[in-house]
Formats: sequence, structure tokens, C-alpha cells
Amino acid sequence: MTKPIHREESASLDRRAMRYIREAAECGLYEIRGMGAKRAVPSFDDLVFLTASASRYPLEGYREKCISRTVLGTRYAKKPVVLEIPITIAGMSFGSLSANVKEALGRAATEVGTSTTTGDGGMTPEERQSSKTLVYQCLPSRYGFNPDDLRKADAIEMVIGQGAKPGGGGMLLGQKVSPRVAKMRTLPEGIDQRSACRHPDWTGPDDLKIKLEELREITDWQVPIYVKLGATRVREDVKLAVKAGADVVVIDGMQGGTAATQQVFIENTGIPTLAALPLAMEALEDMNVVGEVQLIISGGIRTGADVAKALALGADAVSIGQGVLVALGCNHDSYFENGRDVDATQDYAKLGTAPGFCHHCHTGQCPVGITTQDSILERRLTPEVGARRLKNYLQVLNMELTTLARACGKSNVHHLEREDLVALTVEAAAMARVPLAGTSWIPGKL
Amino acid sequence: MDTVKQFDLARLRVRDLNQYLHHELPGSGIERVEILNPDGNHSIAVGLDCDVAVDILGHAGYFIAGMNKLAAVTVHGNVGWSVAENIMSGSVRVKGHASESAGASGHGGLVVIEGDASSRCGISMKGCDIVVGGSVGHFSAFMAQAGTLVVCGDAGPNLGDSLYEATIYVRGRIHSLGADAREEEMQSADLERVSGLLAASGIDCDSREFKRVASARSLYHWNAEAHQEY
Ligand code: SF4
Repeated sequence: MTKPIHREESASLDRRAMRYIREAAECGLYEIRGMGAKRAVPSFDDLVFLTASASRYPLEGYREKCISRTVLGTRYAKKPVVLEIPITIAGMSFGSLSANVKEALGRAATEVGTSTTTGDGGMTPEERQSSKTLVYQCLPSRYGFNPDDLRKADAIEMVIGQGAKPGGGGMLLGQKVSPRVAKMRTLPEGIDQRSACRHPDWTGPDDLKIKLEELREITDWQVPIYVKLGATRVREDVKLAVKAGADVVVIDGMQGGTAATQQVFIENTGIPTLAALPLAMEALEDMNVVGEVQLIISGGIRTGADVAKALALGADAVSIGQGVLVALGCNHDSYFENGRDVDATQDYAKLGTAPGFCHHCHTGQCPVGITTQDSILERRLTPEVGARRLKNYLQVLNMELTTLARACGKSNVHHLEREDLVALTVEAAAMARVPLAGTSWIPGKL
Repeated sequence: MDTVKQFDLARLRVRDLNQYLHHELPGSGIERVEILNPDGNHSIAVGLDCDVAVDILGHAGYFIAGMNKLAAVTVHGNVGWSVAENIMSGSVRVKGHASESAGASGHGGLVVIEGDASSRCGISMKGCDIVVGGSVGHFSAFMAQAGTLVVCGDAGPNLGDSLYEATIYVRGRIHSLGADAREEEMQSADLERVSGLLAASGIDCDSREFKRVASARSLYHWNAEAHQEY
């Protein structure tokens, strides 16, 4: 009789953990990668809408008017940002993305009436030209940051942290520090460029208030100032941002993406977007500034349903990064060049991955030409193709958003409310502060 | 025509002053603006973009002359944090002492602190020149990318930590060097550079008394042995 082979896997030391330990022992380096957290966390998927029935009156499908116009920065700015849809494009740097992609983002955003955002490394002329509404980030590194571009911006975003790596600073590995990127950042070509985790000219919230005033003075109080935070101590941080004078607070949950960050950060820091949003709302309520200070939520927003749920929980708008990349062709098995689809699976294989699993933005060898500075790879995504795909995606998100709003009886997407939602799991109910489906129970609420 | 204009911050807001400097001043024929009673106000004369002399007559607060272009701003007193932050061109002179982060992230132009500068002087600088008549505090020139920091007095702990391509010259004692910063021999080009900056700053020192600090460049790749195949 053959001996049975035992295959009882350890729950704590499973194959994944063993692979991690083996790789660490092999190369002595922690893993750096792109994209966001892969672990399962409570998310907007765990919520459903209680659309209209006998007790609520729905609006007609895609026909009746449902407004999605969104105004951001009404607190102090002379010229608030006015968008046609509450779905904005998150800050992603030129350097991390190719110039073609930055242009595509601007074109698509302009066509659907939303904003796009610069990133670490400054503003490129291409993105300024192609974007009707451009948010200019002020990051700790201050790479390429200058008063001329500041004055060209439609809004300023003071970045304190991001969801994938709150408190972690950033990296752009040498492969992507091309001559143009190096020049914009005033760094030698090809070095692994470090983006600082702290701002050079202010440290605490009191200084932040004065810093924001300086930026307002330089721009004559014309444009709104957003303050972006990685979701950690959300309640306290939002209050400090409001106190410092933010017009708009941006909260980026742990599912938010990155171009290159240590895996240990991506999977182990910050809290899920679903948990962060209600905390941010509570902070705004405590400060009595709901409606005066707008809230943008980001980190793992993919669908129109996600947008609708975020708005129902109180966000004024959402911001999307990874979803945008996927719309452009990220993780697709082919790219479109010279009028035809070209198979990219071999290029994924060269990176040691496959379509659907890639998180190799940090390498600069993006098989579909998105996160690269390589002149050959970059051709795999033209601004025209990218803009068309992204415009379609954003359009679909807004159609889904408005269709859900109508079904809840709302003629304005900003009228969606918490009581339109219930949760499918106890965790989601506790985090989102909505009842568990079929009950009136909100865990943690008396 | 009178080419000097006075602005009294005891009577007018900083916002009125900055709006005047941004919009009415350029092309007006005014060559010098005197600011009376700065009284520790923040963000005085920020975002200037024209060739004008601005004299701030007294002590001033944070972010004075931030993001300056072309203008020559002089503070006849002490300043708070981040004077001349992100300076692009022109000059900013502080006749007294400067608090933290003087000249932070400056891209161009000249910053002169006649007294001492506190910690993080020249942090993240990107091409500007900074001359300090006195001493600088800890972590000065942290992550400085390009440009020159000249310190006529002493330097505090961790000077030039994580330095990129900026060069630091110190005449007095260096308390300690930060990660990847190292002392190097002064060459004739260094002597010339320091002499030129001292002359431009109106500070009388002998360039031969200075030490040079630059990056050892060992942090340019986060792991040099990994052949950049992360
Ligand atoms: S396909 Fe390109 S953009 Fe997408 S994860 Fe891979 S490298 Fe990054």
C-alpha cells in the first residue's frame, strides 16, 4: 500500500508566505512593485442600494434628467472647479507615465468635463494644453514645482500622503529617469530617484495653514487648494486639514495605487477606503463644514456603482488612478499599433508575469506602453487611442452612477444618501455605518 | 516721477500688498518698494515676477519672498521659516537671522542670510545659491539636488544628508555629516566659486578657509548590487 501524501497546508505559513520568505532569503531585498493592495478588504462591493419601490418614487431609466455637475473648492477660491461629472483623474506623474498617456488623460478628461491631475515631477506642456481643468500637485519632493505652472493651474493639491504608502515617500527607479524626466526633476539621469516623505518647508498643521496661505497669496486666492491624505488617522487628519484652510479634502484609501512602492507598505498600511470615507464625513460634520469643504475619495474606485456608493456615503467626488490605467489597456494581453492588435504576452513573460497579474510599473518596461519612458514601448499607446478608451470608461461610470441615482429617485447624483444603502457583511456595516441588510443593526451604534 | 513706493502693513493687509506687487507694479515705473511695519507677518512679497527692489523694514514671518522671480528682496530684520522657498531667480537677502528651511527647494537666484540660519537651510535645493554669514542648523542641505550652500560659520549635525549634486562649503566646524555626504578636497574651481558667491553676497571671508562637502553618490541606487533589476 502506498503511503498517503500529507497535503495539509499551514494557514499561517502558507505557500504565499513561504514564497515570500524564500525570495527574501534569496535576494536580500524587499519587493518593490506598482499598483495597489491585492489583499481582500471590505469594500464598496459589500454594499447594495435600496432602490425605489412602493415607499420611494424612481425616475425613468436613462431618460429623465439626473444632474452630475460637481463644484469643488467653494470655501475660499474665487474660481471654484466646476466639473460635469463627479469622477476625477488622480495624480500620476510624468515619469511614472509616458507623455502620451499624460496627454490622453487630459484629452479624455476634457471631453467628459472633468479634471486631471499632475504628479511628482511637475506639469508637462502636453498635459496643460490637453486638460481644460488641471490640478497641480505640491508634493514633498517639489520636483519641477514652479510659480509659472502654479499660476496656470486650475486647482492646487497639497499632497501629504497617498493610500498605497501613507508616510512612505516615493521612488522612481533609474530605468524611468530618462533625460527629460531627469531634467524636469533636476536630477542625474538613470539614478533611483527618491521622493521625500516630508515637505521641505513646513512640518506640522500650524505650518501647513501658513503654507496654504502662501500658495493662495501667490495665486491671488483664485484657485481652490485641495489637501490629499493617505487614509490612516482619518478623523484627526481631516480636521487638521480643514483647520489649515483646505477647500477640498482628498482621502486616499489603502487600495490606492502607486507606480513603485515597497510591497510591505502597499499591503500593510492605511485603512480601506470604505472605512475611511465615513470617518472623513464625521470629521467634516464635527467641524460643521459639510457643503463648505468638499470631500474627494479615492482608492480602489472601479465602477459606476463604486462612485454611487461613495457619493451616497457623503463624498462630493471620487478620484481614480488604477481604473484609468486599466481602461487605457493596463494588464491587457495586446496593444494596438499600426492599425492592428499586437500580442503582448511575451513582453509580460519577460517581466516574469502575465496579463491580468502584472504590477510591474516600477520596471519602466510596461508591455502596453503606459508606465514607461522607453521611446519604443511608449508608441504602444497613442494619445488618440488612450483618450478614446478613457473617455468611454468615464462615460460608462457616469451612466451607471446616474442610473443608480435615478433608481433611488434622485434627480441629482449628489442627492444620494446613506440611507439608500445597506451592507452585506457585518464588517462593511460597521465601517460604512449603514445597517446590515435585512436588519436595522449598525454595528458599533447604540 | 517718484520711483519709490511705500506700503504700511500696519494699515494694509499682506493680501493688498501682494496683489499690488503682482498686478499694478509691473510696468508702473516703480523701482523700489518699501514695506513698513512687517511685524512678523507671513507671506510678504511672495510670487514676485518682475525686476524690482523690495525692502522689508523690520522682522518678518514665514515664507517671505516665496517663489521669487527676478526681484531683489531685502529683509532688514529676522525672518521665520522658509524664507525664499522655491526661489527661481533674483535675490533675497536677510540682514538678520533666518529660522528653519531657508531657501528650501530653491531653483535659482541667490539667497543671503547675513546672520545665522536654523535647521534644514537649503533643504531640497535645486540650483539656487545660498550664502550664510553665520552658522546653519542640523540637516542643512538635506536631499539638496543642485546649487551651492556656503556657510561662513559652523554647520550643525547631519550636514548634507542624502545629498545629490549640490555642493556645500563650510568655513567653520562641521558637527557631523549626514548619510552619503563626504568632505572633499577644495580645487581651484571651488575657490573661484566660493569667492564669487562671497563677493556677490558682500561677505568678507577668505575662500581658502572653506571645506568642500559633496555627495559620495553611494545612495544613488537603493541597492547598487541589484543591477537595477528590482
Ligand atoms: S501593464 Fe503596464 S501599467 Fe499595467 S501593471 Fe503592468 S506595467 Fe503597470
